[in-house]
Amino acid sequence: MNKRYELNKNLAQMLKGGVIMDVTTPEQARIAEEAGACAVMALERIPADIRAAGGVSRMSDPLMIKSIQDAVSIPVMAKVRIGHFVEAQVLQEIDIDFIDESEVLSPADDTFHIDKTKFDIPFVCGAKDLGEALRRIEEGASMIRTKGEPGTGDIIQAVRHMRKINQQIRQIQNLRDDELFNTAKVLEVNLDLVKFIHKHGKLPVVNFAAGGIATPADAALMMQLGAEGVFVGSGIFKSGNPAKRAAAIVKAVTNYNNPKLLADLSEDIGEAMIGINEQEIDLLMAQRGI
Amino acid sequence: MIKTIGVLAVQGGFIEHIAMLNKLGAHCIEIRNKTDLVTNKFDGLVFPGGESTVIGKLLKELDLFDKLHEMILEGLPVFGTCAGMILLAKKIINDSHIYFGDMNIQVRRNAYGKQSGSFLTHGDFKGIGQIPMTFIRAPYIENILDSVEVLAVVDQHIVAARQNNMIVTSFHPELTYDLRVHEYFLIMIDQHIIKLKNYTT
Repeated sequence: MNKRYELNKNLAQMLKGGVIMDVTTPEQARIAEEAGACAVMALERIPADIRAAGGVSRMSDPLMIKSIQDAVSIPVMAKVRIGHFVEAQVLQEIDIDFIDESEVLSPADDTFHIDKTKFDIPFVCGAKDLGEALRRIEEGASMIRTKGEPGTGDIIQAVRHMRKINQQIRQIQNLRDDELFNTAKVLEVNLDLVKFIHKHGKLPVVNFAAGGIATPADAALMMQLGAEGVFVGSGIFKSGNPAKRAAAIVKAVTNYNNPKLLADLSEDIGEAMIGINEQEIDLLMAQRGI
Repeated sequence: MIKTIGVLAVQGGFIEHIAMLNKLGAHCIEIRNKTDLVTNKFDGLVFPGGESTVIGKLLKELDLFDKLHEMILEGLPVFGTCAGMILLAKKIINDSHIYFGDMNIQVRRNAYGKQSGSFLTHGDFKGIGQIPMTFIRAPYIENILDSVEVLAVVDQHIVAARQNNMIVTSFHPELTYDLRVHEYFLIMIDQHIIKLKNYTT
């Protein structure tokens, strides 16, 4: 296994138990860091606004990303369009810590994802099920997150994706050795990855929850369902009191199994983002890139 | 006797430490809130890697700081990796935070830059020999003051050190397959237990 890939998976391991927050300005980045974010995602518009604005959504201006890199000491991530390997080259050039090949932006390629093995820095990719997760890992992803449904404040899709991935992992664990070949065929992934799942009962990379997390209880729900950390996009800076809500979500992720503390954390944290139910939206971003 | 190690589990790579220590026969308890500290008795503590800004903040907000600090000052063996080193350092050169501040070292945070500067190497660890060293957005020790013993140097920078009951590494032994640094820590604990026994008898 190549050294860079190991180091990149290692960085994802250090983010575990943490909250990665979407930020659009240096000021928001500082609020996020102050509130206990383990990393920030720099982007020009948070998913809720991308959804509202419509049109083609692309990688953010490198100047804007650099201003956020200068503002904080924690890792900075940024998004590229699915399949847009030149946007990824640009982000690598400005020394980003992590690239999110994201369905939140308009896809640049409807067939091919980026060959992430060609890069020195790590990628995180979204997945709705185990097949997608393993295909992204084959392409070189160092970290997986659920797709959820970005910018909605509706947790249902992230729950569905996390449950699905973990159900499929448990099913593979229960197979006989001679049944794994067929699983590899059905999932359209290589046999070694299926064997890894069979043996270890987990993905070979860290798996976070993302898409629709808006409250401390949402974050704890995803952790109890098996997430190793969470991304919060629109949920923080679309809420009434971002700093307070962000800090509460951070503590909820650490103590996700502690209902007493979760009750305290859920108290008086201002208005949550209003959100939008999955039945009310026309564009399902989670369908992008399979 | 089975040793009980409290592993600070508020954020970061704590599972990896627990896996290493379990392999060596130690029992681990995750420390996530104050109840975990008062209901258990520990022979040693581990402060894992992660983001020091997050872990440092949660130490205070989850009311763990004072009790842990008391345990360190009482001489309980502590092992800090990466962010854990930052928590113990007397001074962080490029950051205004000070956390426990008990160890006479001055540390530079993110000393190798961003993720592109992360690296794996092999280096000599005093008393152990050559070991693999994984550095992830790592700090290093720029200056040491009184009673600190240097344990490892990579490219002229101090990357592992000990002061009495505290041992710190810039790198992550828990991300490799080499158990020897954790074994070293368990021996520190044995010595501490013997010392306590002699003291009480």
